[in-house]
Amino acid sequence: MSNGKMIEARGLTQTFHTGRGKKQTAVHAVAGVDLDVAEGEVVGFLGPNGAGKTTTLRMLVTLLRPTAGTATVAGYDVVRESVQVRRSIGYCSQVGSTFSGAYAGDEVVDHGMLYGMSRTEAVAKGHELFDRLQLDGLWRRMPKNMSGGQKRRLDIAMGLIHSPSLVFLDEPTTGLDPQARANLWEHIRDLRAQQGMTVFLTTHYLDEADALADRILIIDKGTIVASDTADNLKANVSGDLVDLEVAGDEQVAVARDKLASISDSVEVEGHHVRGRVARAGKAVPGLLRDLDAAGVALDSIEVIRPSLDDVFLTLTGRSLRDADETATPPEAEPGQPAYDTTPTA
Amino acid sequence: MTFLRETSVVFRRQIRMNLRNPAWVLIGVMQPVLYLVLFGPLLEPLVDQFGTGTDNAYTFLVPGLLVQLGMFGAFFAGFSLIGEWREGVIEAERVTPANRSALLVGRLARDLLQLLVQALILVGLGYVMGLRGSVGGVVLGIAITLLVGGACAAASNALALTTKSEDVMAPVINVVMMPVLLLSGILLPMTIGADWLKRISDFMPFRYIVDAVRDVFAGDFGGGSVVWGTGWAVVLFALAMWWGTSVFRKENA
Repeated sequence: MSNGKMIEARGLTQTFHTGRGKKQTAVHAVAGVDLDVAEGEVVGFLGPNGAGKTTTLRMLVTLLRPTAGTATVAGYDVVRESVQVRRSIGYCSQVGSTFSGAYAGDEVVDHGMLYGMSRTEAVAKGHELFDRLQLDGLWRRMPKNMSGGQKRRLDIAMGLIHSPSLVFLDEPTTGLDPQARANLWEHIRDLRAQQGMTVFLTTHYLDEADALADRILIIDKGTIVASDTADNLKANVSGDLVDLEVAGDEQVAVARDKLASISDSVEVEGHHVRGRVARAGKAVPGLLRDLDAAGVALDSIEVIRPSLDDVFLTLTGRSLRDADETATPPEAEPGQPAYDTTPTA
Repeated sequence: MTFLRETSVVFRRQIRMNLRNPAWVLIGVMQPVLYLVLFGPLLEPLVDQFGTGTDNAYTFLVPGLLVQLGMFGAFFAGFSLIGEWREGVIEAERVTPANRSALLVGRLARDLLQLLVQALILVGLGYVMGLRGSVGGVVLGIAITLLVGGACAAASNALALTTKSEDVMAPVINVVMMPVLLLSGILLPMTIGADWLKRISDFMPFRYIVDAVRDVFAGDFGGGSVVWGTGWAVVLFALAMWWGTSVFRKENA
């Protein structure tokens, strides 16, 4: 990309209609999303269920035509140049991509051939991906006989068979056990580190976005409510919690005053003095010098960084968990898996 | 060229999965074979009263069973598509640059190959039971059967991708198939029925197709029924293909 932009969306909108006749109501699943992703960036797309994550993603990967707005992916328009977009991107959907009763290797090779690769090319690339994704020895195994983690890695192999420069991962670790999850994170990190890929991943796990992404986009009720690095989001929103444990009773007041000079919300509880401090990593060394100079001895100091849950709470007034519970996903139409979306245009 | 290549990738993938479970091909042909073996003998003393120009029960029965095989067998093709859709296969194929019609046509080619194998088994067995027909007629009859089968398979795939639910598919197929079966003269000719029944069956395209296959098996290529039957088969095939490809091409199917 000449301008270094992999994804550029402006006013991207998806409106579904539910019900029939007079009872028909419009659901704005995605209500005007602007987003930019630079080449080589790893972006986490975060939001509660039904916030519009998957719908946005499906528009970007050409599976769903936007109701309004535009999007350019890998330099091509998602509506007018959808075939070129498809050629340039890999997509790993959250439901999977392979038939449970087919051999893994066959599925990967056939998939590559649908991208126009020759059988030889697809076989070679498939074996390379199986090695890299720790799937060696599973070429002739059926997905129904694989573990959850192996299946997800197979889906990633499917998405990478044609060597795309941009890959979309939709909730890549949902339903995996912690070990498989940590393992998959390593592989996702490798995509950029070793292959210079741009990665766009949706998740509703805060720690996942925090661990993998350079930048986090938060979507709520169909609009982007924040876009920044995890660190900045946390710093801007609430600051870190600094917890000082003071050795002696008489020093509590001194410690409180010192902490109050860099924090406007100091609380005292026994020997503990706590306060929210913006960018505590920078402020704490000075604070420690001050306390030392004032003769305050500390038993312990703890800096607790705000979680992305705190961020979401401050941005929307709801915690992510509550949002998950109250959300009514427009995707959940009768007779369809919740991830699917059906515009009745 | 690209289209053919993509179609053949889809076709070979489907065939590979079918060959892993060859039992299904035989299970599919079981029903007509049972009719042939257990119902055919009942027709032997009756067939010359039908006035269909043949006194051979099997030359009469096999054409009907062929069309039935083409309709029923192919109508169930959509169920495997729902399975694939549920596992994300269809969506994964749709994010490739492959032509979306190729995704359908590759699958139809599998259904037709399967139907051809079943048709040959049925006709072969018919010969063993006593069927005697013109070779050209049998070939043409099987060709018409494939057209009907292609139409039903395309419709079934379209229905599958529209409903995305076996629970909806199964009753719909039942509701459609029962009147088709009863009004097409597959097991007994409509000519022996009451006039009102004959009038109703005049509106059933599959009746003309059954009549056409029956006539060509008996070596009668000149009758109007051959033209009508072949015509209907072509029309149904074209309609179903149009429906199928439009569903596969639809965004978000």
